[in-house]
Amino acid sequence: MTAAHPVDSDSIVQMGLEGGAAPGRGTGGPASKRVYVGYGFWIFILSDMVMFSAFFAAYAVLADATAGGPSGRQLFDLTNVAWETACLLLSSFACGLASIAAASRNALWFHIAMAVTFVLGAAFLGLELKEFAGLAAAGDGPQRSAFLSAFFTLVGCHGLHITAGLLWLLTMMAQVAAKGFRADIMRRILCFTLFWHALDIIWVAIFTVVYLMGKTP
Amino acid sequence: MSEFHDASASGAEADLAPGEEQLDGSGVAHGVRGYLIGLVLAAGLTAASFYVCFSGLIYGPAVPAALVALAVAQMGVHLVFFLHLTTGPDNTNNVLALAFGVLIVTLVIGGSLWIMANLDHNMLPMTRVVEMQR
Repeated sequence: MTAAHPVDSDSIVQMGLEGGAAPGRGTGGPASKRVYVGYGFWIFILSDMVMFSAFFAAYAVLADATAGGPSGRQLFDLTNVAWETACLLLSSFACGLASIAAASRNALWFHIAMAVTFVLGAAFLGLELKEFAGLAAAGDGPQRSAFLSAFFTLVGCHGLHITAGLLWLLTMMAQVAAKGFRADIMRRILCFTLFWHALDIIWVAIFTVVYLMGKTP
Repeated sequence: MSEFHDASASGAEADLAPGEEQLDGSGVAHGVRGYLIGLVLAAGLTAASFYVCFSGLIYGPAVPAALVALAVAQMGVHLVFFLHLTTGPDNTNNVLALAFGVLIVTLVIGGSLWIMANLDHNMLPMTRVVEMQR
């Protein structure tokens, strides 16, 4: 009994090999799956930010290349931008509340918080599309100048991320409704919250570099 | 049994996933409070950015620098209060990955601006090039 008892599944769980907490950093065996899934997604987010940095660099270089067309100072409507910023910040906050609800396994509050996150994210997207449609209708689309090409690429790429995030959000709500807070679903929720908060960080850079700096004389 | 106690005792040193909620301590209220602090700080910094842009409170040529400082501060608030990044040993991997990301982002943006400014400075303006080709 004491000499060589087989390792049962309970002790594996307690040793942290399945979702528990192994010490990590080379002691006590590998980290739990939740830790390395989250870490891997963190690496993806950082590489996504590296991609955005290339678009930011292109925009910063081309911001004055208006080819005789309108500049940011004439085009940007900061009231719209302020509303967009408020929507996305509150959406990020609601997403945090959803992750707390998930951590305490409260399905009702998870769905409420995720629904609020979705509505605010969709409002952000609607405001952005309204701005894009207005610019395109006035003939100031991406083909007008290098400045507008860079603007639509940078801001539009962020908008595409938001769109993908909204679809992912609905998927997570459906998965929690259908499957509950299983370990794999919890890992996906972790990755989604990382994604959503990261998009808000990128928006901070966008409203500062593109809109506010574009408006300052 | 003692092994498990050791494991749980060193559990405080276990690695954490980025963005991990830690509710085992003081529960939901503590978690919500963290997000509320983050929300208030982020909203305050955003408002300050918009205010600095218009008010003329700051000397004109210094406004971009002030905006960058406020944006970096707000990103820090998001990282700490929304993504739960800390300087603790359980977060070393996450912070190191972030530091590498920041390095690459700085090189790409700073390097591009530096090189393009040098080209602007040292080469003929595009209008002159077009004139010469006529």
